[in-house]
Amino acid sequence: MSNTKSLLTIKDLHASVEEKQIIKGLDLDVKPGEVHAIMGPNGAGKSTLGYVLSGRDGYSVESGSVMLDEEDLLEMETEDRARAGLFLAFQYPVEIPGVSNLEFLKASVDAQREARGEDAITSADFLKEAKAACKQVNLPVAFLKRGVNEGFSGGEKKRNELMQMLLLKPKLCILDETDSGLDIDALQVVAEGVNSQRSADRSFIVVTHYQRLLDYIKPDFVHVLSDGKIVKSGDASLALELEAQGYAWLQKEPVEDELEG
Amino acid sequence: MTEQIDKALAREYEAGFVSDVESETFEPGLNEDVIRRISGMKGEPEWMLEWRLSAFREWLEMEEPEWALVDYPKIDFQSISYYSAPKSMKDKPKSLDEVDPELLRTYEKLGIPLIEQQMLAGIAVDAVFDSVSVVTTFREKLEEAGVIFCPISEAVHKYPDLVRKYLGSVVPKKDNYYAALNCAVFTDGSFVYIPKGTRCPMELSTYFRINEQNTGQFERTLIVADEGSHVSYLEGCTAPQRDENQLHAAVVELVAMDDAEIKYSTVQNWYPGDENGKGGIYNFVTKRGVCHTNAKISWTQVETGSSVTWKYPSCILKGDNSVGEFYSVALTRGRQQADTGTKMIHIGKNTKSTIISKGISAGRSNNSYRGLVRMNPGAEGARNFTQCDSLLIGDQCGAHTFPYVESRNPSAIVEHEATTSKVSDEQMFLCRQRGLDPEKAVSMIVNGFCKEVFKELPMEFAVEAGKLLEISLEGSVG
Repeated sequence: MSNTKSLLTIKDLHASVEEKQIIKGLDLDVKPGEVHAIMGPNGAGKSTLGYVLSGRDGYSVESGSVMLDEEDLLEMETEDRARAGLFLAFQYPVEIPGVSNLEFLKASVDAQREARGEDAITSADFLKEAKAACKQVNLPVAFLKRGVNEGFSGGEKKRNELMQMLLLKPKLCILDETDSGLDIDALQVVAEGVNSQRSADRSFIVVTHYQRLLDYIKPDFVHVLSDGKIVKSGDASLALELEAQGYAWLQKEPVEDELEG
Repeated sequence: MTEQIDKALAREYEAGFVSDVESETFEPGLNEDVIRRISGMKGEPEWMLEWRLSAFREWLEMEEPEWALVDYPKIDFQSISYYSAPKSMKDKPKSLDEVDPELLRTYEKLGIPLIEQQMLAGIAVDAVFDSVSVVTTFREKLEEAGVIFCPISEAVHKYPDLVRKYLGSVVPKKDNYYAALNCAVFTDGSFVYIPKGTRCPMELSTYFRINEQNTGQFERTLIVADEGSHVSYLEGCTAPQRDENQLHAAVVELVAMDDAEIKYSTVQNWYPGDENGKGGIYNFVTKRGVCHTNAKISWTQVETGSSVTWKYPSCILKGDNSVGEFYSVALTRGRQQADTGTKMIHIGKNTKSTIISKGISAGRSNNSYRGLVRMNPGAEGARNFTQCDSLLIGDQCGAHTFPYVESRNPSAIVEHEATTSKVSDEQMFLCRQRGLDPEKAVSMIVNGFCKEVFKELPMEFAVEAGKLLEISLEGSVG
């Protein structure tokens, strides 16, 4: 595996939100097809990492580099990062009232295909794909007609994120605490959806606080993020170790602030 | 984000061109002689002139209303020209072949070909250019159904009884300052009569274009739907991009007799002025309809243009069981100001009204909803439902809601819901993270916000309205 080109290379990344430094020298290398879990205590910078990589306004990079598929990710606009194959599954997906899921998804897929110079997909073909994706994530087809996340339950929102991932077919998926707020059945559905998408040309960064999700999505690597840095890396067994012992033994100093959930 | 909004909002106004048409335009100024000349140009009968003059005398005694939340310098009514018409229209062309090709080109450029074969099937158009109607299409086909659709200046001659009976019957001459002014100086507009039990076979529409500089446009529309008839009517408006403000003071009257239904849709895209508020149309309009027993009037408006809008399409629910509806999308950006809403006057028993208002403010604009729901003592069992939603884009704009409710009947039910929301950073981020550029993201969010209103528009125009919003918001957020 070590001879393959990297999909994502993060080097000595420093990033801040509202002038507060959250990421403090982070390194990570993800090769095609790999699943990396990032675990860590609250406030370690887990969600921030996802936002920084996807280019959310208000998150600024101070130093370091991030390459996606040998392109400088940090130079790209938010939408161009998405078009380059980066997908973020949100921890708290937002509602867009009045915009149907189908309309939103079709527009997203169209925008990405256009940016890649591919032909537009016909509405009929897209509807077929969307219905299949609904089925796969166990959402009734009627959800395609509803407003984006409008009145969805927590579990439905997460499955909706997954459906978007299925249709957009990204190269790199960042799952931001996708397990939060899910009961065990919903968790299984989401995990199965993710597993079905694992392939040699798709990588995952699974951000989670708990080991539970990793029972279903088996990671190739587990990293512990603490105070903006990766303090320990290992294989799947590291997650079990953390589950048993907590994070305290890895933290040199107490976390200053609980910035994220 | 605000900086990017401002930058991006500096888009072109696509209808801002000037047509090179030789016009006959009155010198600026307003007095009884000017009114006599307008009446003379139209060859009007004596009663019409007298009606105008009495309105003018009323107007002189009236005060300009100042209660709306809009701010503009005092209008100098003596600096406006009250009549302008293309010279080629003087000989009253009998058919399209005789119409000045430049005029036809103007409408074609605006996306409204007047050649019947090229038009959207099923839509008849009256094209009004400055103070005159240029052409009205599909008249013969409509006449077969007994429907009258013609310029109001022509109706004064051809159907004087109908015009005398209904003109001013819904909006009285001294109703308000601008209505009185309109009565005195109105130049053209459309007249529609749908006979008893007739379903108008096509959509009717009037397209208003202001071209000449320093002129006001004072159009007058009168629609009478006789018992059990049905009509759907749409108006559109554009004007060239000019540095001076221009006044547009229209009056629209609708009469829905027993069991009749009128659906009136407006897509208003007058020139809104530039980013600093220079130029643009003052759109001071009175629109009102009266519903007799079991009748229904539905107003739908998409307002994206004008520098100042003052407009309250209203329904007088006179007959028992009559229904009034108002669906509105008002978008303001730059320095635009809109004070718009409706009045629902419940007089008859079991009358029903619905108000759905969607205000979108961007840039440094101000957008106000002002509405009155009045339940008269006789309005037994009357109901109203009002929903006012405001959407803010950026942090320098304003949204305001002024709902007035007067209920004098204990059995009447009035419901009011209001929300204010912002196009949130989270929504923008979600859209962009899925690959949408910011412009597309905003237009999608705004279109979603307006969905309940767009679905009330005739199909062809719902698409148009969506596109219009897209253009209006082009590059609006980063």
